[in-house]
Amino acid sequence: MYVAVKGGERAIANSHALLAEARRGDPAQPELSLEQIKQQLRLAVHRVMNEGSVYDPDLAALAIRQAAGDLPEAIFLLRAFRATLPRLGYTLPLDTAHMRLWRRISATFKDLPGGQILGPTYDYTQRLLDFSNYSSQAVAERETEDAHAPRVVDLLNHEGLIESHPVPEGDPDPLDLTREPLAFPASRATRLQNLARGDEGFLLAMGYSTQRGYSHTHPFAGEIRYGLVEVELVPEELGFPVVVGEIELTECQMINQFAGSKTEPPQFTRGYGLAFGHAERKAMGMALVDRALRAGELGEEVKAPAQMQEFVLSHSDSLEASGFVQHLKLPHYVDFQAELELVRKMR
Amino acid sequence: MRDPHYNFGYLDERTKRMVRRAILKAVAVPGFQVPFGSREMPLPYGWGTGGVQVTASIIGPHDVLKVIDQGADDTVNAVNIRRFFQRTTGVATTERTPEATLIQTRHRIPETPLAEGQIIVYQVPVPEPLQRLEPREAETRRLHALADYGLMHVKLYEDIARYGHVSTTYDYPVMVEGRYLMAPSPIPKFDNPKMHMNPALQLFGAGREKRIYALPPYTGVQSLAFEDHPFEVQRWGEPCKLCGATDSYLDEVVIDDRGGRMFICSDTDYCGQRRAQAKSREAA
Repeated sequence: MYVAVKGGERAIANSHALLAEARRGDPAQPELSLEQIKQQLRLAVHRVMNEGSVYDPDLAALAIRQAAGDLPEAIFLLRAFRATLPRLGYTLPLDTAHMRLWRRISATFKDLPGGQILGPTYDYTQRLLDFSNYSSQAVAERETEDAHAPRVVDLLNHEGLIESHPVPEGDPDPLDLTREPLAFPASRATRLQNLARGDEGFLLAMGYSTQRGYSHTHPFAGEIRYGLVEVELVPEELGFPVVVGEIELTECQMINQFAGSKTEPPQFTRGYGLAFGHAERKAMGMALVDRALRAGELGEEVKAPAQMQEFVLSHSDSLEASGFVQHLKLPHYVDFQAELELVRKMR
Repeated sequence: MRDPHYNFGYLDERTKRMVRRAILKAVAVPGFQVPFGSREMPLPYGWGTGGVQVTASIIGPHDVLKVIDQGADDTVNAVNIRRFFQRTTGVATTERTPEATLIQTRHRIPETPLAEGQIIVYQVPVPEPLQRLEPREAETRRLHALADYGLMHVKLYEDIARYGHVSTTYDYPVMVEGRYLMAPSPIPKFDNPKMHMNPALQLFGAGREKRIYALPPYTGVQSLAFEDHPFEVQRWGEPCKLCGATDSYLDEVVIDDRGGRMFICSDTDYCGQRRAQAKSREAA
């Protein structure tokens, strides 16, 4: 007689062995070193750090290799590890005005103090597959100079046409989304945390939708900057801030038209994006969505998905989305049996 | 054998305490969904992260753990979760329902009645019974606060008007002590009556949705119904092919490519025990 298949334990062990083999590929080829991943796949490392919510290029590189280059899987590995880390302390707010700039552009002003710095960007490359890259390519060493420049929106706001965001009374601590569950309605600080670890593709698509009539916000890229920012911590026993290191950041200030409301005169409003490493697509998508989500606060009618907090914030996380979509692979035969019986009954 | 690289039960003690506080609150307000700071676990969301966090927070070194998925101990996800706890706690595990002090389950309640002192932890994908009728959480929270469950009653009424019966077969909504509408997790409605006045503590964990809820022992749990359309559970026209049980939930197994099929117990432990008993009776 037929007996239902047994042996989940052995099947899992065999699957692990096959996975290890598939991940490694041809053993005659040398394995990628973590240093190679960090240096030559740096943008992948940056994305994994962003959505993995840990600034650690070594661990991100390890996760990418273990995940065979599947970035959402690498992000998952890093997040699960992150959840076991103790919270040692909180750094001071980062001052992006004092960034050591590698790149800084503004689409709203032709020239501005500090200048436009193109830096390393794919923007003006011709997207032609470079067949000379088949074999490895020597790169000429270049001296780079770090520049500093104030933020464009601060610099060019003498007339007060762009809204400013003074630090709120008492500078209250933001909610820590990694410790507390998301509740609605969510404050802007909470929303930005959610977007910062949100899936890049999701933010890109939501941001894109705002450009195609689903809550048009008339955006301009006020400034995009990428460079190094010092991280400061005040150790309890010292009582003064100490620099504990520098991190690479991309910041995007989107400037949006605003027709004004009953209480506010017409002015430019802002959407904000911030990401670890060099991640302009992410930072820009985030800034567009941030601005769209401020609809309620600015008295705009909420009608498009990008303006709906619950829609955006509940679906931005690649771990949650990927897990729940893929859980459909788990056996559901008990529920399916119940449905089978129902459909037979209904026919 | 416990892996010494991880804390007992994987989660750090502070996190466990946070989860236990949420559980205590949930026990104090049966059927109410308590938000908690769900952590990323080393298994994917939707695969039992809520149940795993609840189990990890309450498990002790002397517990005996049973893990089932679809009623079976040997399905891959059940095996995987059991291995996770063996690795991170080193506790004893069992497939026998009466021997377990702690049972983590997905989609079934064991056929063998639970006893006082046992705890059953359900993995919950969608804790909000109203979510498919009203996706906005701010709104469903308000409806729960007002005990305004008209939406659900209308849905059931429309089912009856259209099909002559309710078309929900699993995750069938229940009222807890006449106050909170609760999702029993995707167990077949066949299992719903087992929740009522159950002597065991029933805990529900939803990791992705970051909610915990509970039914303390001997809580009244009623499946929604109308006076003229009482609640009914699934019945099969034939017994389990393996053990002959007529009182258990049966899975349909396709046995050939000509449409042949048979029905067997979904609860593998129950089925196995019945067959063992039949064998020993034969021997005697």
